[in-house]
Amino acid sequence: MNNTYYGKLIFELSKEGRRGYSLPANPWAAHHTPIPAHLQRTTPAALPEADEQTVARHYTNMSNNNFGVDTGFYPLGSCTMKYNPKINEEVAALPGFTQPHPAAGDANLQGALRLYYETGRILSELTGLAEFTINPYAGAHGELTGLMVIRAYHRSRGDVQRTKIIVPDSAHGTNPASAAVAGLKIVQVKSTPEGTVDLDSLRSVLGPDIAGMMMTNPNTLGIFETHIPEIARMVHECGGLMYYDGANFNPILGVCRPGDMGFDVMHINLHKTFSTPHGGGGPGSGPVGVRSGLEQFLPNPRVLRRDDGTFTMAECPEALGRISSWLGNFGIIVRAYAYLLTLGREHVGQVGRLAVLGANYIKECLKDCYKLPIDGLCKHEFVFDGLRPEYGGEHSDPAHVTTLDVAKRLLDFGFHAPTIYFPLLFHESLMIEPTETESKETLDTFIATLRQIAEEAKTDPDMVKAAPHHTPIRRPDDVLAVKAGKFVYQPEA
Amino acid sequence: MSKVIEGLYYSESHEYVKVEGEYGYIGITDFAQSQLGNVVYVDMPGEGDEVTAGEPFGAVESVKAASDLISPVSGEVVEVNTALEDTPELVNEDAFANWIIKVKLSDSAELDALMDAAAYTAACAE
Amino acid sequence: MKYFPQTPEDIRAMLERIGVQNLDDLFAEIPEELKLKGELQIPHAQTEMEVRRTIGAMAAENRPLCCFAGGGVYDRYVPSMVGYLCQRSEFSTSYTPYQAEISQGTLQYIFEYQTMMARLTGMDVSNASMYDGATATAEAMMMCVASAKGKRHRVVVSQTLFPEVLDVVRTYADYHGVTLCEVGPDAHGLTCREAINAALAAADVAGVIVPLTNRYGLIEDLTGLADACHAAGALLAINSVASHLALLKSPGEWGADIACGDAQSLGIDMGCGGPYIGYLCTTNALVRKMPGRLVGQTVDAAGNRCFVLTLQAREQHIRREKATSNICTAQGIMCLHVAIYLALMGQAGLAETEQTAADGAHCLCQRLAALPCFEQAFPESAFLNEFTLCYTGCRPLADVMADMADRGFLAGIASADGTMLTLAVTEQRTPDEVDALVKAFAEVCQAGCGTNQ
Repeated sequence: MNNTYYGKLIFELSKEGRRGYSLPANPWAAHHTPIPAHLQRTTPAALPEADEQTVARHYTNMSNNNFGVDTGFYPLGSCTMKYNPKINEEVAALPGFTQPHPAAGDANLQGALRLYYETGRILSELTGLAEFTINPYAGAHGELTGLMVIRAYHRSRGDVQRTKIIVPDSAHGTNPASAAVAGLKIVQVKSTPEGTVDLDSLRSVLGPDIAGMMMTNPNTLGIFETHIPEIARMVHECGGLMYYDGANFNPILGVCRPGDMGFDVMHINLHKTFSTPHGGGGPGSGPVGVRSGLEQFLPNPRVLRRDDGTFTMAECPEALGRISSWLGNFGIIVRAYAYLLTLGREHVGQVGRLAVLGANYIKECLKDCYKLPIDGLCKHEFVFDGLRPEYGGEHSDPAHVTTLDVAKRLLDFGFHAPTIYFPLLFHESLMIEPTETESKETLDTFIATLRQIAEEAKTDPDMVKAAPHHTPIRRPDDVLAVKAGKFVYQPEA
Repeated sequence: MSKVIEGLYYSESHEYVKVEGEYGYIGITDFAQSQLGNVVYVDMPGEGDEVTAGEPFGAVESVKAASDLISPVSGEVVEVNTALEDTPELVNEDAFANWIIKVKLSDSAELDALMDAAAYTAACAE
Repeated sequence: MKYFPQTPEDIRAMLERIGVQNLDDLFAEIPEELKLKGELQIPHAQTEMEVRRTIGAMAAENRPLCCFAGGGVYDRYVPSMVGYLCQRSEFSTSYTPYQAEISQGTLQYIFEYQTMMARLTGMDVSNASMYDGATATAEAMMMCVASAKGKRHRVVVSQTLFPEVLDVVRTYADYHGVTLCEVGPDAHGLTCREAINAALAAADVAGVIVPLTNRYGLIEDLTGLADACHAAGALLAINSVASHLALLKSPGEWGADIACGDAQSLGIDMGCGGPYIGYLCTTNALVRKMPGRLVGQTVDAAGNRCFVLTLQAREQHIRREKATSNICTAQGIMCLHVAIYLALMGQAGLAETEQTAADGAHCLCQRLAALPCFEQAFPESAFLNEFTLCYTGCRPLADVMADMADRGFLAGIASADGTMLTLAVTEQRTPDEVDALVKAFAEVCQAGCGTNQ
């Protein structure tokens, strides 16, 4: 049970005159040069004033209201919530990495540049691409960078009318959003009833205005697009490039490679496939790889290895430009490198295989209770379309037990909810991705719980619809949040 | 069942036009508001802006969804329903009474391309 | 393998339940020619001890230097409490707080962060999603254009922004289809106001972006700028180093519509360049045009105060290509860093920190300008904790900097043409370090020169 006093906001614990810091006396006071009055702040920022212990208790109590991968199973589809190893945290915290200024120069940053370069080499081998930049700060930032690479390539050939990018309708919303930021128009292609790209729909949109196509494989339904060589051939023949969204790279790690499937550009989420912590939503890292012949378009600075074995940050004239202040989220790269070294060539091939094993196991054990719209082998994840009708999931019944209800009820049992209402292809999407770091016992308990919830939906639907019952708070009022518009703390009048 | 009013013009994207003389009142249909759920925000153009048939002129948002408003007709915006700025839920209460913009129609022939109540009712049932 | 819990017996039982023979059968549909045949040529697996040794050796290859460099990244002291609390894995191993019922920890600290940043910048609201100061400024640029609803496509930007920020803004503008109008500095190293006014004469200016403290360390005088922008129908975005706002007139006080920049200076290690956190704050009027995650206060079904992600209809997962941005990140742990740092420091501690740094910088500036190889570049302009010198020595500045590094100093950031040097002082620098730096410069600049420079 949380301490309710320290459960307040820090502003409510603040008291004038409290101090949480200790600073040396200003040794330069004799040189004090006042800031011109008209450039000075006139009203002090009303920041909290608190002592150390208050701060410690406040944030420790707050952490008790949070669920993380270290707390329990996180079957969040498309998010690859795998275990975050602790050695990664320790090496990322080495003073040799935390202390240097990013503008210290090549000669003073050889260790950082070596680690960056080596990480890129490993990612190249795992994906079948020629070179990686690790400057992008997140998956979406990687998408944006990769799309800029594609545009820079077409521009370099004077092929400026290629302003459209093809995105399947099953794609995550980030794909079209990134394309819009990159100045590209979106052309949507349909999915077949089996959930894969409709080749006829694709053929009908190909033309001289197509810059490329964004895909993930396996797709957001967890289905491997077996036509991928043909899709790549069609897009290449029309002059476009193939972009691989690496959000779903985990299941094929060590099994097959985007470069071999015909992709030209891709991003990876280090916070998904390569075990760096999600941190409540960030910071992440979204390295971008390109096939041979596109390296010169990667953003500045590029980390290159000189002939003498030393490393340099290079500025290349053909580069698409700069997309980050420095070398990306370097601390995240260190963590991913530690994970890659731990896996090594001996274990890397097991990651995808065991992740896919877990996903198929859950699917097979639950498909008699939950509606499985697309049967067959899945990869890292699969999608249920809500409860089966006999378990209260009949969609046409306004009183049916929804995916939201099931998700909220799961919270009562110490599980995070799956991804819900995505993809948009179904009304009641419930998207489950286990990852290779979950034991059979954990999966069995999860399966038993979802079966129990299905029974509850049949026998006591009102209880399910009122869930969760045992979490730090009950269901929040989302409409009030928008209407009230309280985005900062204001003391109650 | 959603309400549909006789005498209005309807678009496939669920906007209606209520014509009064050379002006048209544009809003979203009762069916559209029921699909969206609790409307929390209506993004509207400014008075004097031009709207074009088939082009977006704003958006309606619920908590978990957002939908573009596609103008069924072309013309100049002469009035916006400012009541929706603070009380967007009026759209849920009565979508037909709470129009979004009033437009001076530039081409009344555009109305011919829209559906009547019967055709719209049939379209919603599909 | 310590990260894989499945025993051979578990695997056999699971395969049996699925109805396949072995793990490779799970990939049966993948065309054979796509499947990897040989072993991947990556390093061999290392034990935890070996990982520590390998990566430890790399960390040791970076030279520990006494830091007098700034340029938007400052060697600030990080109180023990910050790293200690941020390591709590309930925070660090959680996802974006979509499930509010079990994410109140993340949601509450983001709400606190938003409040602190809004108060520090003098704005109404803050988001929680920017990667760094450069990308936050690029987002501000796109926000200006989006707010003009397709009617204005030009953004005026000062070249006195930090060079990396300016470069990132240029890249985003290039691809996003924004026409940039760049305005250079005047003779005093400050954004040329006449040039801004001239640029505002164009009818299609959506926004103006200027720094508060600029690439030379100088404090820009923004008197009247907001009025000029608004009169021309443009928004004003001010980029600032977050910690400077403890002392300097805030973007809100200057009348800005958007405040953006990097918050690395609020308790985040320099870390070879990241992770940091950018901030973007704005007015209530523009909140729906703001990119990124936003937490709002509400109540739960029992009527208790709680926090949720809100205004999500702006975002990519709902609006797709019409979203205000493609940002998905909630820069969670970095928000927590900043919230804890500011909770400890308060306005008083932050102001004291900045004042110590500023006074140290003025002392150092005076002493270096007294050396024959340096003179103050913009003596008539006010600065805070960073300043720029003209280098007039006979040796190439790059050689001087290399020698300074051999003596243990990152002695500032040299301009590409080797004529200027920008140095920063933080509260971590001591009088002994300053003495040593000045002495080293005197010797290094002198070395190899004739008696008459």
